[in-house]
Amino acid sequence: MDNQQLKRKSIQYRKTILRIIKQANAGHTGGSLSCIDILNVLYNYVMDITPENFASTNRDHYIQSKGHSVEALYTVLADKGFYPESDLDTLDQYQSHFVGHPTRKIKGIEHNTGALGHGLSVSVGIALGMKHDGHNSRVFTLLGDGELAEGSSWEALMSASHYKLDNLVIIVDRNSLQITGGTEEVMGLEPLADRFASFGCAVRVCNGNDVEDLISTFDSLPLELGRPNLIIAQTTKGKGISFMENTVKWHHRVPTEDEFKLAMQELEELEVSL
Amino acid sequence: MIEMTKGQANLVVFADTLLELAKHDPSIMVLTSDSRGSGKLVPFGEELPNQIVEMGIAEQNLVGVAAGLSMAGKHVFAVSPACFLTARSLEQIKNDIAYSDHPVKLIGISAGVSYGALGTTHHSLHDFAVLRAINNIDIVVPADNFETREAIKSSVDHPRPIYIRYGKKAMLDLHPSDATFEIGKAITLMDGEDVTIIATGEPTERACLAAKQLKSEGISCRVISMHTVKPLDVYTLLDVAQNTKVLITVEEHSVYGGLGEACAAILMERGIRLPFKIIGIPDEYTVTGSQLEIFDHYGISVDGLVKTAQDLLAKV
Repeated sequence: MDNQQLKRKSIQYRKTILRIIKQANAGHTGGSLSCIDILNVLYNYVMDITPENFASTNRDHYIQSKGHSVEALYTVLADKGFYPESDLDTLDQYQSHFVGHPTRKIKGIEHNTGALGHGLSVSVGIALGMKHDGHNSRVFTLLGDGELAEGSSWEALMSASHYKLDNLVIIVDRNSLQITGGTEEVMGLEPLADRFASFGCAVRVCNGNDVEDLISTFDSLPLELGRPNLIIAQTTKGKGISFMENTVKWHHRVPTEDEFKLAMQELEELEVSL
Repeated sequence: MIEMTKGQANLVVFADTLLELAKHDPSIMVLTSDSRGSGKLVPFGEELPNQIVEMGIAEQNLVGVAAGLSMAGKHVFAVSPACFLTARSLEQIKNDIAYSDHPVKLIGISAGVSYGALGTTHHSLHDFAVLRAINNIDIVVPADNFETREAIKSSVDHPRPIYIRYGKKAMLDLHPSDATFEIGKAITLMDGEDVTIIATGEPTERACLAAKQLKSEGISCRVISMHTVKPLDVYTLLDVAQNTKVLITVEEHSVYGGLGEACAAILMERGIRLPFKIIGIPDEYTVTGSQLEIFDHYGISVDGLVKTAQDLLAKV
């Protein structure tokens, strides 16, 4: 898939995310919009994960530690053919398997997340298993920046570098906002790149909303042999919708009818301008 | 019931059994949290260094990594002191193991009050209660070497997440050589109709000794090893409760939320009423002492169980 096609996908995904959040009347809007370009590039350019190979363990793996951005994941998995997109109409509905955080009841999802600070440990375990069996497959995990306040994330990082897991790719969705406010006000993370480097990671900073920059970053994996890969993907929370961007309240706000129309209009205009 | 001879610590039996299994099954992986020595896993590490992974003193990561290794197709045994494993990493157990349905084997070593005078930080008297309330994890508490060996063997291909906990004291052998073991199926160790003691884990040994003592006093006493606390063997519980005069449960756990309350709930719901007593550790700052001193203090002793039986019989 070329860059232009990927950019179109990002717009299409944003529309779906907003549509299903509006329909469910619930969802994590800002975070799903900040990480969707990352998921787009991962699933459509980088990772070897398809409905056909999903039952095998010798393939790439993806763990979404920031489980609350599940609408982004559900959207991409539908597009990848794991289930029909119409299934997403049941999101959060009574007896639906499409819960407000990822679960293995949904094909394409291999681990249940939602409580923060869990995904990296699980990813370390898969990466250890892949190395143990001599597989070349890689493990990708997406972390929120707010969740880095969870100490378990740092336990996991210690073990990732101790075991030299260069088949592990940790991506931080660095949108710099969490539910209460800015990450640096709530619990400061900086100097984040230095902290990761001091834990033994090979660190790269990129624009996590820029398809080209993401592609060139992922193309350079592994960043360094013998070290876990740590990509700080600088993103904008609510990316793509002017009035949602960088706004704390859009963490889990649902658009009204008017806001939804306005958002769709912005996305249409973006599509035309491509 | 056989002549009770002294066996080894269940800890040792666990480590020996696992090593033998792992020699023939390269998919078995053991995770430790600086607990290789206390888990008696040094020989395992020497013999099968590629099947043991040290996680350091980081129990949350231990359990999360165990889930990941399970997803990679491994049969994972995560070994850590029961007190830390089921408290520090409870959220990982709930979400990464039970909810995510990865059939990891969580091994709680030096469980209950095995660490004795090291105090409450090192005791696990809450683990049955918290894990019973979590969907999709079985709880197995072997009483002696036989049950430990069989529980570990059965756990390898167990389809669900499982928690197995035991102590570090040498135990008496309680089973005949032709005994059989199945997770979820209680074992009748001694038969009798006046008193029934339903025991789990290391207090089972004392229940058997108490039954012998009662027998010498002309009181017949049945002893049930309820090695699986969840799912409880309801069939056996209902059967024995309707064929005894009094019923005692005994466990190395808080009296809240453990085996006793599990039995009581079922009996109450079925309308079965009989003199009944839950023996365990009461809701107080646990007395200082060795495991056996703590047992004695709270009536998890031959004399204590005999007296409990006599008191209950007096109500009949």
